[in-house]
Amino acid sequence: MAFLEIQDVRKSYVTGQGEPFIAVDGIDLTIEQGEFISLVGPSGCGKSTLLHMIGGFVPCTEGAIRVDGVAVQQPGPDRGIVFQHFALFPWKTVRGNVEYGLVERGMPRAERRQTAQRFIDMVGLSGFEDSFPSRLSGGMQQRVAIARMLACEPSILLMDEPFGALDAQTRKIMQEELRALWHQFGKTVVFVTHDVREAVFLSQRVVVMSTRPGRIKAIVETGLGPGASRALIDEKADKLWDMLRDEVVRAMAAERSKA
Amino acid sequence: MVRLASRLHFYIPVLLAFTLWEAASQAGLIDESVFPSLSSVLVGFVRLLTNNNLLMHAGISIFRQMSGFLLAAGIGIAAGILMATSGWARFAIEPIIRLTYPLPKSALIPLFILWLGIGDASKIGAIFLGALLPVVLSTYNSARGVNVALVWSAWSLGTPRWQVPWKVVLPAAMPEIVSGLRISLALSFTLLVSAEFLISQEGLGYLISQLGENGDYPGMFAAVLAVTVIGVAADRSFLALGNRVLRWTEQ
Ligand SMILES: Nc1ncnc2c1ncn2[C@@H]1O[C@H](COP(=O)(O)OP(=O)(O)O)[C@@H](O)[C@H]1O
Ligand SMILES: [Mg+2]
Repeated sequence: MAFLEIQDVRKSYVTGQGEPFIAVDGIDLTIEQGEFISLVGPSGCGKSTLLHMIGGFVPCTEGAIRVDGVAVQQPGPDRGIVFQHFALFPWKTVRGNVEYGLVERGMPRAERRQTAQRFIDMVGLSGFEDSFPSRLSGGMQQRVAIARMLACEPSILLMDEPFGALDAQTRKIMQEELRALWHQFGKTVVFVTHDVREAVFLSQRVVVMSTRPGRIKAIVETGLGPGASRALIDEKADKLWDMLRDEVVRAMAAERSKA
Repeated sequence: MVRLASRLHFYIPVLLAFTLWEAASQAGLIDESVFPSLSSVLVGFVRLLTNNNLLMHAGISIFRQMSGFLLAAGIGIAAGILMATSGWARFAIEPIIRLTYPLPKSALIPLFILWLGIGDASKIGAIFLGALLPVVLSTYNSARGVNVALVWSAWSLGTPRWQVPWKVVLPAAMPEIVSGLRISLALSFTLLVSAEFLISQEGLGYLISQLGENGDYPGMFAAVLAVTVIGVAADRSFLALGNRVLRWTEQ
């Protein structure tokens, strides 16, 4: 039995005109414990939808998702999530955000402080404990979101284009840090991105999705170790991009014909 | 020091207007019998304090205004959050709110007097109703727009669904709620004075109308001044409180 099983999952929405719209269809995927897997595909192909179903935020229309053999029914602290636009609680300080899940778990105050501090230090935000998110740069806010998620010790990390809103330099640094964190913790990560190089750099497997409805087009093993050279990463990323390119072009054409 | 200077700066136009007022009166440019001079108003103010129990009337008015306003704030915020988070509450409340919004609430004061008598209850009722809708609407509109990613984050961090309205939606909607409350605060004074004008045996509205009937115009002006000062003080205090609560919105 695999750790995270996605079995023949379909998600359809009812459109404004009252017709069913299939966002993703026939998704079959098993993910091993400790694996780092990325989802890439044209925008609108259902990457977020799939992630949200794993998170338990939206139900599958058909099929099932199981974690450790148990069907996902609702969100839970075993699956942490990070969104593209951080989704920090703006009325809470950095510490307040990181402690949030610990409060919900009923952790006593002193222990909570200590635990939160450990994660704040880990993401390099020591000294900003009492700052409100609105005072922080995008990169720092995303670090807070990551610390907030990690503090709850989820076994699966769901990340939806977490670095998509950051500038190129910050993004690079964050990618390196995330990879280091993953090597340190060995958590299972499902990572959505539209940046194939990011996907290759970070993950062990990359799922390429096609659009309308979103299906799995290919699953590519990167086979890259932590010490992979830049040239090797670029080469893999180029290959992946060739695969994705057709899908993106087709998705764009579909958008145009719709408009 | 700089803050004090900038505060004083804010009041310079007011002082200027007061000076002009007094100067115009002294120069005989305005008719003293219908527009008393500032100095006679101030004399009237002292007279109200000593002879007309101004503080007692002010106390009663503030009690009525605060009761009505706080009731409207509490119930209005709860109703707005409920409407934003429950389809049933929205179904039940929204049409009523939308249809009664344009109604001038002062039109209902006579009904409140009929139902609740001429004492505090009718005044508080009228203030409550008049101040209620801006709170409900501002709360509802902003609570409805709360980023779903915040709600989902809370769920995934272990917040049970039923606790989300006050753990996430309420604080997230707070900036607009505070703006709505400030409008309600101003409305609460309007309704207070209207209700006390109509029928009352105490309160600043009563004092204004009684002094007017007796032709004591400096006294009447002084009572109006008292309402203004209380209203301004309430607004300033609310603003300070709001800024404290919303410290997190500062860039
Ligand atoms: N709540 C919803 N209601 C209707 N359609 C939706 C909803 N959420 C997503 N969709 C549609 O499903 C498709 C997939 O969306 P999404 O998962 O966000 O794609 P991606 O993350 O790959 O860009 C899109 O066409 C989107 O418009
Ligand atoms: Mg998306």
